[in-house]
Amino acid sequence: MKFAFKILKDFPGYLWSGWGAIASIFLFIAFWDVGNQVYGNLVLPSPLETFKTLSLMLQDESVWTEINITLYRASVGFGLSLLFGSVLGLVAGFFATASMMSRPIVTILVGMPPIAWIVLAMIWFGMGDETVIFTVIVASFPIIFVGALQGTRTLDGDLKEMADSFKLPWHMKFIDIYFPHIFSYIFPAWVSGLGMAWKIVIMAELLATSNGMGASLAVARSQLDTPTALALVVIMIGSLMFIEYIILEPIKREVELWRD
Amino acid sequence: MERLEVKGLHHHFGFTEILKDINFTLTKGEVLSIVGPSGGGKTTLLHLCADLLDVEEGSVTNTFASSSFAFQEGRLLPWKNVIDNIAIGLLAKGNSKKVAIEKSQKIALRFGLEEEDFEKFPKDLSGGMKQRVSFARALVVEPSLLFLDEPFSALDIGLKKELQTVLIDMIAQKEISILFITHDLMEAIRLSDEILLLKADPGHIVKKFNYSLPQSERDDKFVYGESAKILQDAEIIDTFELELK
Repeated sequence: MKFAFKILKDFPGYLWSGWGAIASIFLFIAFWDVGNQVYGNLVLPSPLETFKTLSLMLQDESVWTEINITLYRASVGFGLSLLFGSVLGLVAGFFATASMMSRPIVTILVGMPPIAWIVLAMIWFGMGDETVIFTVIVASFPIIFVGALQGTRTLDGDLKEMADSFKLPWHMKFIDIYFPHIFSYIFPAWVSGLGMAWKIVIMAELLATSNGMGASLAVARSQLDTPTALALVVIMIGSLMFIEYIILEPIKREVELWRD
Repeated sequence: MERLEVKGLHHHFGFTEILKDINFTLTKGEVLSIVGPSGGGKTTLLHLCADLLDVEEGSVTNTFASSSFAFQEGRLLPWKNVIDNIAIGLLAKGNSKKVAIEKSQKIALRFGLEEEDFEKFPKDLSGGMKQRVSFARALVVEPSLLFLDEPFSALDIGLKKELQTVLIDMIAQKEISILFITHDLMEAIRLSDEILLLKADPGHIVKKFNYSLPQSERDDKFVYGESAKILQDAEIIDTFELELK
């Protein structure tokens, strides 16, 4: 509770430090506009036109339905990966044999291109939610699993000994010795898992479903509707930036104050 | 009577014999130090006594009401600030958070930490300050037996003396018993009632030295004099391989 309060208290200061980031985003938009002037509206619509299309789209009910569908798929897939990746990773980390055996499997999961998973999932589950959710899980699960595994594998034996010498009860050992260490590994893994989930959900939708933002992107492509396609990209990137910089980064800063 | 009794203690790591037939008794209010060269099994012996390692052969009987441990390298929790680090032993004993914090702040001041340091994380502390925190953490639980694992070895002379003075005060008031391992003979002579000389390969006790003068009355002259005397001892020369070859 105290922690949440501190995050809120430091939040305005954090936002204020974001001017540099905003300046660089504007610089990027300026280059984008240069690209528009060189290549014309069909290839690269101007930022102004894109944002106009975006605001029109956001007033449309049906666009929100598509966004919600995508959000639902991404969160179910990511949620399951988060749960199973964290739990299985922790468990595997505590047993030398399990962590040794799981490494090659993780390499297979990471090494297999997501596009191949989509093809397999389409054969197994058909065109629908399951295919997308499955692909999201296979893509983000290994990242989280490895983070949790590393967290438990690298626990400091000296600190454990110190805890034993003070006869810390098990719940204190977990909260004060193990958890902060594991969290410092698992939290960044969650963040990259989330980024991965958000990218994969769009790709899977584009290929395997008839609704959601990915499908809208496919429709925009077939109609050569570049402004809509770009507006969709802006929504995807905007939402990812919001989650990463407004929600996750302040938490991360607070939890990692103790780091060098 | 509270005591720590070690009888016929042997220990192996794999096929290597680390300790061979160790016997000694530490009674209430006494300071016992074990000196010997590095790698001679001192730390293993201390860990066996402190129940951080399982005894394989022989017995360790500890009837002291409470004990705590100060490590050579501090071993502070990097994610906790100074006060929370000190308080951890008190919380483990079931003190309320408020009491633990109050006691920790009090002892932190006694060990020369300042109020502005209380919120700092270990990464922002110097080596000496970390060791102060580690000492405070071990002593705030008011242990009747304190295990020290070369805690002074990385400190400058001033801080070393300061921390030793705190210990000597506690010894004078018979508050505490100490089992102390070190490779520094002068340190041992300043603090101990009894010194055991541990010779390596495998670790076994070759000689005992006793000092009856109260610690608070031992001045530099005494410490230097006794050190000079002890350095003439044939067993010491042999154990530390002091002879010029």
